[in-house]
Amino acid sequence: MKIVSAALFKDCTTSIVGVGLGGIITYRHTYKFNQVRFSGSVRSSCYCCATLSSTMEKAKQTFDVDNAAVLVNELRKTFSSGKTKSYEWRMSQLECISKMIDEKEKEIIDALHEDLSKPELEAFLSEISMTKSSCKLALKELKRWMMPKKVETSMATYPSSAEIVSEPLGVVLVISTWNFPFLLSLDPVIGAIAAGNAVVLKPSEIAPATSSLLARLLGEYMDKSAIRVVEGAIAETSTLLEVKWDKIFFTGGARVGRIVMAAAAKHLTPVTLELGGKCPAVVDSNVDLEVTARRIIAGKWACNNGQACIGVDYIIATKEFAPKLIDALRSVLEEFFGKDPMESKDRSRIVDSFHYKRLINLLDEDKVSDKVVVGGQRNESQLQIAPTILLDVPEDSLIMQEEIFGPLLPIITVEKLEDSFDMINRKPKALAAYLFSDDEQFKTKFVQNISAGGIAINDTVLQLTVLSLPFGGVGESGMGSYHGEFSFDAFSHKKAVLYRSFAGDSPTRYPPYTPAKEKQMKALLSGNLLNIILALLGLI
Amino acid sequence: MEKEVMALRECYRSGKTKQMSWRRSQLRGLRDFLKEKEVEIFRALNQDLGKHYVEAFRDEVGILNKSLNFVFKELKTWMSTTEAKLPIIALNSSAQLVPEPLGLVLVISTWNFPLALSLEPLIGAIAAGNAVVLKPSELAPACSSLLVNSLPNYLDNEAIKVIEGGPAVGEQLLQQKWDKIFFTGSPRVGRIVMSAAAKHLTPVTLELGGKCPAVLDSLSRSWDKEASVKRIIWAKYGSCAGQACISVDYLLVEKAFSSTAVELMKVMIKKVFGDNPKESQSVARIINKHHFLRLKNLLTDEMVKDSIIYGGSMDEDSLFVEPTILLDPPLHSKIMTEEIFGPVIPIITLDKIEDSIDFINSRPKPLAIYAFTNNEVFKERMISETSSGSVVFNDAIVQFAADTLPFGGIGESGIGKYHGKFSFDTFSHYKSIARRNLYTDFWFRFPPWTNYKLELLETAFNYDYFGMLLVLLGLKRSRKRFHIN
Repeated sequence: MKIVSAALFKDCTTSIVGVGLGGIITYRHTYKFNQVRFSGSVRSSCYCCATLSSTMEKAKQTFDVDNAAVLVNELRKTFSSGKTKSYEWRMSQLECISKMIDEKEKEIIDALHEDLSKPELEAFLSEISMTKSSCKLALKELKRWMMPKKVETSMATYPSSAEIVSEPLGVVLVISTWNFPFLLSLDPVIGAIAAGNAVVLKPSEIAPATSSLLARLLGEYMDKSAIRVVEGAIAETSTLLEVKWDKIFFTGGARVGRIVMAAAAKHLTPVTLELGGKCPAVVDSNVDLEVTARRIIAGKWACNNGQACIGVDYIIATKEFAPKLIDALRSVLEEFFGKDPMESKDRSRIVDSFHYKRLINLLDEDKVSDKVVVGGQRNESQLQIAPTILLDVPEDSLIMQEEIFGPLLPIITVEKLEDSFDMINRKPKALAAYLFSDDEQFKTKFVQNISAGGIAINDTVLQLTVLSLPFGGVGESGMGSYHGEFSFDAFSHKKAVLYRSFAGDSPTRYPPYTPAKEKQMKALLSGNLLNIILALLGLI
Repeated sequence: MEKEVMALRECYRSGKTKQMSWRRSQLRGLRDFLKEKEVEIFRALNQDLGKHYVEAFRDEVGILNKSLNFVFKELKTWMSTTEAKLPIIALNSSAQLVPEPLGLVLVISTWNFPLALSLEPLIGAIAAGNAVVLKPSELAPACSSLLVNSLPNYLDNEAIKVIEGGPAVGEQLLQQKWDKIFFTGSPRVGRIVMSAAAKHLTPVTLELGGKCPAVLDSLSRSWDKEASVKRIIWAKYGSCAGQACISVDYLLVEKAFSSTAVELMKVMIKKVFGDNPKESQSVARIINKHHFLRLKNLLTDEMVKDSIIYGGSMDEDSLFVEPTILLDPPLHSKIMTEEIFGPVIPIITLDKIEDSIDFINSRPKPLAIYAFTNNEVFKERMISETSSGSVVFNDAIVQFAADTLPFGGIGESGIGKYHGKFSFDTFSHYKSIARRNLYTDFWFRFPPWTNYKLELLETAFNYDYFGMLLVLLGLKRSRKRFHIN
């Protein structure tokens, strides 16, 4: 998702390509600003005809740090009142999300179609269902998650009892992205609400229909005193990052991730960064070709057309096996998307022309363009590129250096499959690594040798749907994790609570210090009961 | 330095530090170091901070031994892979959680517990299988040089390095890329560390400080009163002379109870430290002249000096500050806005003890809150209505010794947590593994998309197995769907 950043932090003065990149922000759902002033540069909005007339009026209002401070103060007031901490409030808000998804399913699917031409079924599968099951799990488990956890105490603090209490962090900011604009906005928000926080959500301006739908729906369904949406682009994001939050949850590119973390450092705000990376898939030669091809395609072109942070970025296979794999992929692709994939409605499009051009650049690089073995067709006006497979592109080419984030799939061949470890480990740690193999030993080696956020064996993307697994990266692919109870934990502080009584005080710990006390203390900290008794009796 | 870091990274890549045998041997090395160098450690701590050797044992050597014993016992369990639960629909699948080391980590330590706060994170980093660079604080030079000169004899120097130095070295270290930075110190430097870490997307644990309040309820039983005051006195003056991040910073009492509390405190200080605490050897010294002068400034502030009701004497040559009590200094004075970090305790009186909750909430979140009370309702309120790293009832500082509790701050008092298993977690990445075989597959996962597939997926996602069966048998009517295009 590195590229999100490029678009997000483009110079404010450059004219913005595409619909909806303009500075429309809906703030508290009451008024719209048509012009945003940021660092002295003025951008005009090109949002839609309806707002064009007011653009002419050149409204001077801006979403500046003062607005942001007012917003945070209001939410902080709500948080301080204790309202969001109650079990009832959290449940009621989660139920609202669930209800909202049920009632507005069509609108959500329409918005996703508008932003990404996402096929209805894919939208349902990867966004609506996932959000719903995440919400359902929270509703079911919340009571258990919220319960203080009793822990054992040792001799060192005897007699005592102890527990770990989960408390909300306060007012949190969720910055979301455009590839799964619904899921990646609401999934963290569900965690934040479950943990009892007040939340501001900043959806991505690159998926404008979903962004404005989220602003409208959350305004309609949720408790406005604690849950808000701020729409906008770089200017608004920068403004939001200037104020103090109790947690920032960011999904996007590694470059903006660094900016977010540096901004958070000023206020000592903890961050969760969900980034991306080049997720490899290693394919052994002993696999069932058809199933493997199907599952790779499911994790590439049937997963937002490759625009997913855990999508398959490139494949590693042996020299002899690669042609067979390519044949299998070719035939399953035809089965899935028809003879002319450019006509298929079952694939999302490229999100915007900026990303389309970026992908074409990768594809048209000198040493790369002649490596295409499947696909390669393109249509700029439809923002569509056919499922494209490239064989043995050089490792120093752009397509092997940058996260691809689109329907291009390079296959790199190696002599021995073990060579893949080195190749993967030379690159920054990815969010996911995939292995297709029937060889148990090789599976074990793969798990031991490859460091990545998560690993799926004999499937792709699946690890994301397992809510009992934490989802998150390591190194360049991010820090922190979420999903299920891990989401609750990501937005909670684990407070240590220790109960002591006034009884049971040993004079050992208090000055004046004597050698006898030292012995007793040694025994006490060793945790050995016999030693303690001996020491107290003065026998050691 | 860059070369050294490269060499360490190379060593980590070799996979040696991931072995359980390596981890155990390094932890054994630490244990031997503590055992064989005990006298040198006591001497260094006395030299740097004037710590009595019993205090040094209690707060540093003993605590570390306890942590090591705990790790030896638990390491195998911590390192093992855990299975994650899966729904029935995930036929023939399994999911696991594998802890893996982060890589090469940096531990920046501080001067008040120069051994404990260096080695406690080191234990966690080693237990989790990382290569480590430790930078002890230059402000405790005797301890720092002991760590640099002696510790390497006990550890694998290819994977663990101790680097000595001041801010310049610290800055150089921060420019390198680390896989984790564990920092103990002040919020000001904490911010610098986190900003530097952001450049390399390095996760951080920041163990900072803050003004930890102690709330003393108007207890009725004399035993309770005495025990409370004793524990407060000990937590303030008895542990590195109040130079501890979890030390009691100030005391909140009810107006009506304040004279009782003050009298008891005076009696108890005399009892514990004698008539001449300076001679008692039981109060540690201020770390250096800079901090001595800082404390002196806090106490000689025009607004503050009249509120001193006990102690207040200072000896610049021996860097000694007498156990001191202040009553109701102005709340906007420096002593009530900055972390005191010395043997000085301001008492703030309130009308009702319940007012302490608002008082605490109107200030940055502390690392710990101590409440001495028998009132169960008040305890419950203290837990749910205030926010802090930890809450301890009827005692202070002892939470540091509890391996089962996370130790760490929130807000201004820090990010992340450690101790016991939490230390292991702090230095680990939990890698999730989903395993499937290549035989079972639901064809409806794949395009081309049809409404029939949608129906199946919906039932599958709801884990509605009966519904799925009906759809498969064609017995369930497809609900009306909308079409785009």
